[in-house]
Parts: sequence; structure tokens; C-alpha cells
Amino acid sequence: MTGTLAAPQLLAAPAENEHRVFSLILFAVFVALTLWITIWASRQTRTAADFYAGGRQFSAVQNGLAIGGDYMSAASFLGIAGMFALSGYDGFLYSIGFLVAWLVALLLVAEMLRNSGRFTMADVLAFRMRQRPVRAAAGISTIVVSIFYLLAQMVGAGALVALLLGAEGEAAKIWTIVVVGALMIFYVTVGGMKGTTWVQIVKAVLLMTGAAVMTVWILAKYGFNLSSLLGAAADASGKGDAFLKPGLKYGATDMWSKLDLLSLGLALVLGTAGLPHILIRFYTVPNSKAARASVNWAIGIIGVFYLMTLVIGFGAAALVGSKAVAAQDKGGNTAAVQVAEHLGGGPGSTGGAIFLAVIAAVAFATILAVVAGLTLASSSSFAHDLFANVFKRGQASERDEVRMARIAALVIGAVAIVLSIFARGLNVAFLVALAFAVAASANLPTLLFSLFWKRFNTVGAVAGIYGGLVSAVALVMCSSIAWGGKSATLPKGNPDALFSETIVAPFPMQNPGLISIPLGFLCAYLGTVLSKERTDDKYAELEVRALTGKGAH
Amino acid sequence: MKPDSPDSPDLDHEAFLEMNRSPEFQKLKSSFRRFVLPMTVAFLAWYLLYVVLSAYARGFMGTKVVGEINVALVFGLLQFLSTFLIAWAYERYARRRLEPLAAAVGPAAPAGTEEEGK
Repeated sequence: MTGTLAAPQLLAAPAENEHRVFSLILFAVFVALTLWITIWASRQTRTAADFYAGGRQFSAVQNGLAIGGDYMSAASFLGIAGMFALSGYDGFLYSIGFLVAWLVALLLVAEMLRNSGRFTMADVLAFRMRQRPVRAAAGISTIVVSIFYLLAQMVGAGALVALLLGAEGEAAKIWTIVVVGALMIFYVTVGGMKGTTWVQIVKAVLLMTGAAVMTVWILAKYGFNLSSLLGAAADASGKGDAFLKPGLKYGATDMWSKLDLLSLGLALVLGTAGLPHILIRFYTVPNSKAARASVNWAIGIIGVFYLMTLVIGFGAAALVGSKAVAAQDKGGNTAAVQVAEHLGGGPGSTGGAIFLAVIAAVAFATILAVVAGLTLASSSSFAHDLFANVFKRGQASERDEVRMARIAALVIGAVAIVLSIFARGLNVAFLVALAFAVAASANLPTLLFSLFWKRFNTVGAVAGIYGGLVSAVALVMCSSIAWGGKSATLPKGNPDALFSETIVAPFPMQNPGLISIPLGFLCAYLGTVLSKERTDDKYAELEVRALTGKGAH
Repeated sequence: MKPDSPDSPDLDHEAFLEMNRSPEFQKLKSSFRRFVLPMTVAFLAWYLLYVVLSAYARGFMGTKVVGEINVALVFGLLQFLSTFLIAWAYERYARRRLEPLAAAVGPAAPAGTEEEGK
């Protein structure tokens, strides 16, 4: 059974309308359910702790699921499955980085953040520093990271939903972006952290269930023998054994390409523990013990999920064929839904249409839950860090702060919609990797030094954040993502480059992490030792709070 | 104290400083760091080894172990396994060792203990 015969007709032929109708019905059911949850949550949201931290009453399992729902983006579900389907083994390099990264969050960050902060990442960073400069820097970095990530998700959503619904043309993409944006604004402004968390929990359950059904189904087709699945995938890919080895995607053998892979790996593994939308999830549980347990649940859920994407991606290669996947979307983003259609009975069958629609609706839910988390993180930081502490110098009332958070969600959401509409023609997949790189370069060094280094001070924190942020963004702006001219590293050039297709990029890698992460640490170190300020006493207090949970909110 | 920093009604800054100096807290701190710091170095090195081999030793990574399953796949699956194991080990360590130590740190420590802690 090759599958390659049938697949090119995906989304064509009679089943076309059938699956669109199913997809639209399922989308509508999910949207109705989440709107109901959001309105329910809004009635439970009174205080600032309710709005920012869901009242700190979620259980470890609930928060573990919500972390999964927040973290497993469309890039991880559709993107990684697609990478397996098109480039074989190299998809694993991404998913392993995304998973191992959780150990940094578990061992070094989660419990101490829960114990010593209140609502945002900056609460911990600014604890023993001068509030205004540190909160300003942390707020800016939070908003930048979240907006990069948000743009990648929303532009992807526009292209994807338009493709899944078979709607041609730019209008469909624009409308999808507007609808996704409007929904996320509604979840956050009305439901706050409680509404957002429940949307993420529902999404995580749907995503895990959908992925599990596909995984078992695919494995059953190969007698639950992983080796036969891999063999079939390698055969159907047309690339043979190379499909099962590292190197098809990150395969260039020159020095820079290899370093680029290391650079990506470093950003993935160190970025997660610096992502603001992930960090604020630790505040939604009653204490640090629950924070630790929720990270453990998240590690289990996310780990199993990535193992399933391996099977789904190789299943797509084996059953649908890499060529048919690439024909549908050259980035492979439709691999998961194509294999669903194949499992349901293939194009043209009702079963195929139904299962395609189910998985498409899961993908839609995935995108919504992630963008809501990002909007919440950036608007919380705007209200709590920039508005209340930088502009109002700590004199804002709780009511004003929460009102400002809702306004910020509206404004940030609107800005994200407009930017996404303008960016819809660009290849913005790099923004996810950039968000991880900025989180690893700007946020993580400052966070770790704050928690573990006695001598650390205000100038160090500010220098670390801006140094990491500016260097990561500047290096990407100097890379072949922006300048696509042909060079020894990039023999074919990059026709999708943002600024120019002919000018050669001055920086030979696409991932800045290898340079910007050490630079972030270095800036934080130099800033500290060049400044005389000492915060030893406040550090002694922070240590006790962070490790014992005494005085925690 | 700034209005926005975590405030606690019953504990003042001095009480935290005193707790920090107590031998109970110092023991908690060293037990915590003794686990997490070496473990972080270990799993980062193990992960970087995997990435470096994927970039520089593709021949070795492509060696078949059994059927279509090669070293690269086994290495990748071991990363999952090690992540799960480290998470489990830390949970166990935190429950058995760190939580009791943290519970022993307190402003209401017996008079004698505070003397010992300088």
C-alpha cells in the first residue's frame, strides 16, 4: 500500500465539501464551549490574583495539562509532524530540545519562582533590585518574546485554517487571523487566567486524545512494530536510509551549518524556562510543591506527546508519502491532517472527511489556546510591571491594574492582528526559534543569576536583559533570514528573505543562540561587577523565600 | 519595602535574615544545590552530546542496531527516558529530603538552635 496514489487528491473531489462542513461544525462546537467556559470564568474573577493567577487554586494535574496546552503549539503538533514527514529523523532534534528544556524549568526555576513571585517573571527579577529599570527591561522583553511567538502562531493559523477549509485567497487568511485574534482577546479580557487555563486544559485533552488515536491506529497498521513503520516511511519517502538519520534538514556539511544546528539546540533547551507565558503558569497553583508536581505532569504529557508526533510524522511519510505532503504544503504543516484523512478511509470517503475534520479542529483548538496564553502573559506584564510599577511607581490600585491588563490585552491583541495581516505573506516560522533564543539569551541569564548569585544587582539585570534581547534580534536581522544572497554557506540563497534576495547575509547562521546566550550571561556578569551596588541582604531574604515558601503568595 | 514586592504580614526582613543564618536553612540550601547543580550540568552535557553527534557523527548515528532502528533513534529515545528519570528522581529527592528540611526552617526555632547558627 503506497498511499501516494490517493493522497494528491486531498481536499479535492467530492469529499471536499463534506469535510469542510464537518470541520466548520467542530470548530463552532469548540468555540461555543470555550466561550461558555470564558463567561463562567469571568464570574469567578474578582481580584488581581484571580485575573493574573486564576486564584492560585488549580491542582497540579490541571496545571500540568494547562502547561501542556500552553506549550504544545501548532508549531509542535503540525510543524514537528511535518518535519518528520518531510525530513525524517531531523524532526526529533526539535522535539527532544523542547522536552529536555523542561528539566531546566523543573530543577532551577519553577518552585523558586512560585515561592518568591506574585504574577509575572519580573516579580522575581526585580525582587532585590531597583524596581523601575528592572521591571521596564523585563516587561519589554516579555512583550517582545510574546509578540514574536504570537505572530508566528497567528500567521500560521491564517494559512493553515484557510488551507484546511479549502478557502482560497487572501481574504480567507485575513478573516481567519481576525477571528483567531478576536477569540483570544475575548478569552483573556473576559476570562483572565481562569478562562485561559480552562481553554488550555480542554485543548490539551483534545490534542492528546486525537494524537493518541492516530498513533495507535498507525502503529496497528504496522503490527505495532516500530521498525516496520520506519522501514515503510524510509521507502515511501524516496530517500531510503538517509530518512532515518540526522541530516536531511540540517544536512549541509560546512562548518556554519553544523554550528547553526548546535545554536538551535542550545536555544531550544535553554529557552523554555525563560518563556514568560510558561513562567506565569507556575503562579496558578497553591504552593511550590504543586508547582513542582505540575511540571512533572507537564513533562509526562509533553514527552508522550512528542513520542506520538514521531509516529504520526513517520506514519504520514509511510502512508501518505513525503511527496504528497510536500505537494499540499511545502513546509509539511498538513502532514498530520493528511494522515488522519488517510486513516479514516482516504480522500473521498466519509470516514476520511470526518477524521480530517476532527484533527483540523484539534489543530485550531491548539492555536487558540497558545495565542490566549501569550496574550495573557504580555498584557499581565504590561499592567503589572510597566503600568503599575514603572509608570505609576507602585501607586496603582489593584482595580486599576486589572483594568489596565484588560485594556493591554485588547491593544496587544489588536496590534498582533494587524501585524499578522501585514506579515501573512512572509515566512515567519523563524519567529518561534527567535522567541526561544530571546528567552534563553535575555530572560534565563537574569532569572538564574537572580536566584543563584549573591552579588547580582540592578545594572547586571538590566544589562543581561537588553544585551541578550538586542544581540539575539540583531543577529537574526543580519542572517540569511533577512538577507538571502547566495554564499558558500547558502549555495541556493534564500528566496523568502525578508529584506533582500541578493545581498549576502553578514552573519552566517540563522540561529543566534550560540552567540547571544553566552553574551546575555556575559552582559549580566559585567554589568554586575562594574556596578558597586550590593543586594546581599535582600538576596538572603529571597533565598529563604524561594527555598522554603515562607511569605509566599 | 516596595509596595509591590511580596509582602508578608507576619514576617519582616530581619526574620528572613535570621532564618537565612540558621543551620537548618544552610543545610536545606546545600542539599538543594548539591542535587540540582550537578544534575543540570549532567543533563545539559548529555543533551549537547546528542546534538553534537547529530551534527558531526552522522555515520555513527546512522548505524543500525536492530531492524530499521539505528543509533540515532535509540539515542533520541534515551533522551526521553533520561528526562523522565531525572524528573522522577528529583520529585523523590524533594519529597524525602528537601521538604522535611524546609519544614524545619522557621522563625519559631528553639532558642538553642539560633545560638548555633551564629
